[in-house]
Amino acid sequence: MLEIKNLHVSVEDQEILKGLNLTVNAGEVHSIMGPNGSGKSTLALVLAGRESYKVTKGEIIFEGKDLLELSPEDRAREGIFLAFQYPVEIPGVANTYLLREALNSIRKYRGEEPLKHVEFGRLAKEKMKVMGISDNLLKRAVNEGFSGGEKKRNEIFQMQILQPKLAIMDETDSGLDIDALKIVANGVNALRSPERAFIVITHYQRILDYIVPDFVHVLVDGKIVKSGGKELALELEDKGYGWLEEEKIAANN
Amino acid sequence: MSITLSEKDNGYMEGFSRFEKTAPGSNLGWLKSIREHAITKFSELGFPTPRDEDWRFTNVAPIARSSFHIPLNGIDQVSAADLTPFQFEGQQISELVFINGHYSAELSTHCTLPEGVIVLNLAEAINSQEDILKENLAKYADFENEAFTALNTAFMEDGGFIYIPKGTVVEEPIHLLYISTAGDKPSITNPRNLIIVEDNCEANIIEQYVSLDENIYLSNVVTEMVVGENSSVGHYLIELESKKAFNISTLRVQQARSSNMRSYSVLLGGSLVRNNIHPVLAGEGCNSLINGLYMSTHRQHMDNYMKIEHVSPHCDSRQLYNGVLDGRSRGVFHGRIIVHKDAQKTDAKQTNRNLLLSDYAQVDTKPQLEIYADDVKCTHGATIGQIDENALFYLRSRGISKEASRDIILNAFTNETLESMTVDSVKKYCTNLVADWFRQREQTLKS
Ligand SMILES: Nc1ncnc2c1ncn2[C@@H]1O[C@H](COP(=O)(O)OP(=O)(O)O)[C@@H](O)[C@H]1O
Ligand SMILES: [Mg+2]
Repeated sequence: MLEIKNLHVSVEDQEILKGLNLTVNAGEVHSIMGPNGSGKSTLALVLAGRESYKVTKGEIIFEGKDLLELSPEDRAREGIFLAFQYPVEIPGVANTYLLREALNSIRKYRGEEPLKHVEFGRLAKEKMKVMGISDNLLKRAVNEGFSGGEKKRNEIFQMQILQPKLAIMDETDSGLDIDALKIVANGVNALRSPERAFIVITHYQRILDYIVPDFVHVLVDGKIVKSGGKELALELEDKGYGWLEEEKIAANN
Repeated sequence: MSITLSEKDNGYMEGFSRFEKTAPGSNLGWLKSIREHAITKFSELGFPTPRDEDWRFTNVAPIARSSFHIPLNGIDQVSAADLTPFQFEGQQISELVFINGHYSAELSTHCTLPEGVIVLNLAEAINSQEDILKENLAKYADFENEAFTALNTAFMEDGGFIYIPKGTVVEEPIHLLYISTAGDKPSITNPRNLIIVEDNCEANIIEQYVSLDENIYLSNVVTEMVVGENSSVGHYLIELESKKAFNISTLRVQQARSSNMRSYSVLLGGSLVRNNIHPVLAGEGCNSLINGLYMSTHRQHMDNYMKIEHVSPHCDSRQLYNGVLDGRSRGVFHGRIIVHKDAQKTDAKQTNRNLLLSDYAQVDTKPQLEIYADDVKCTHGATIGQIDENALFYLRSRGISKEASRDIILNAFTNETLESMTVDSVKKYCTNLVADWFRQREQTLKS
């Protein structure tokens, strides 16, 4: 489904990703872990098409298409969804309005009819229940005045409505209490299917107890320095990232 | 024979002495003395300059340098069809139409209104409603200290007169429509509106200033609005003057106890625009909502000068002004809040937000709080910025096109000031004006 080859990315002339390789197949859950500032969010934003991040080398193929050729909106329409680490507040734009516009532009891209008001209402109701989203939250302006937990739940709620092929979650678990974490994990697990893949970016092993990954990758200083199964996450939890950073420095010398 | 006014050769004084002989109500002593007092004040004050603190950001030299003639009555042909673009959807409402400052009976509409309500043009009201006029006209707008108000007061001829007696709910809005037409020379009009709403009433009044041609003129407007106890009044100012026109407009509101006033200004036209909003919350427990939206492009200059005067205790005022500035245009928001010493428990809030769509657009925003009471809550905030790239990206990452995402963000911004409008047809009209503005911008960008 997704193939990232030798990806180099710079922001403001500073190289952040330095030759990253990653292959994700349909049905798989990949977790990316790594210390602060290692480039996890950069990877997520590059996949979503943020223009200020410049790809200087390498390629990204998604479902056989050159992803880097596509605008952010076309990537979303092709089935990529990013749950932001820091969801943006958009005053004056109702959450429900954003969702309906988003869903209908994705449907239009696929040659489908827009959803009628009632149909959308029914769909939203169903997903709201799963994610514990209130009517009030749906009507309010996107993320405005939401608590941290509400913002994260709202991201996964959007994901449920938009039903992406590849869902990328950037530290969705950070700052959540255990109840909220379970709701988020439930929402994600409900979406797991052989046609869908997930990239779960996290700083902590905890969420992986609920969303069990097939692969764990460790990102240090813009490169994946180690990959393994879900045991790797536990090892990291025990030992921290220090030993990998040292290993990497040793390897570079 | 037409009268010409200019700063050269004492032109304003000369013009006045000829004007006052034939002006409506020239036979009435009280009115004559107001006009004479006003012209004296005007010649003392002169046009303001940027050295004057209240005019720091707006230079009216282009007005001071001009020579304007006062258009005569009935010289221009305007048809009913010319008015339709400026009318609101839905049923016919009471509408006074003024062509180059003069009332047109032919183009105006008088609907059946609740008993006792009077909607007339001022020139006529001077004859038939002398008592009410004598008691209120020029009693509120400060022609002693404000040059443009003095100028208007000296040269007032016509305008809207609205009187709503005690306990009357006027369901449909009342529209004052001012139309300018082409003239070979720059002209001046001094529309003067007097709106008297007695106790326990509800009403909505719309003032609209438009042009059928791209000509040069000055609309120098003064509106006095008296809101009685426990009354609720909406006032809408829609400014669509020609690209070359000057519009100086002053709304002076006097609010009695427990009254509720909502003022909306939507400024889109004109080359040099000054919008003075001056409510005085004179009675206890008043509410004022003062919203505005200014959208400028090219070299337009739009200045909003707020003077919110809290005189009595327990009054709330809420100001929200949003500006969208493109091209080389310039916006000003000067927000004064004056809390007099008896106005304890005042709750005043002021917000001014600006969105710059071009690197050359500019805005000056200035809060000015003068507080003489000790138990008050006053807050103010201002922002100036570009469209939020993070918000734009967020929407696009959800599958919404770049253009649609932009529109969503811009509409949310402009809507903020319009959404609380209670007259749906007017709200829709203003929303469409804003949409047209953005559409025109898109077209210019493409070509
Ligand atoms: N927009 C940006 N401008 C400048 N530097 C950035 C920007 N985004 C990220 N960086 C830098 O890139 C590095 C990686 O950041 P990020 O991808 O956010 O890391 P992570 O998500 O792993 O914590 C950091 O050193 C950060 O300071
Ligand atoms: Mg991050």
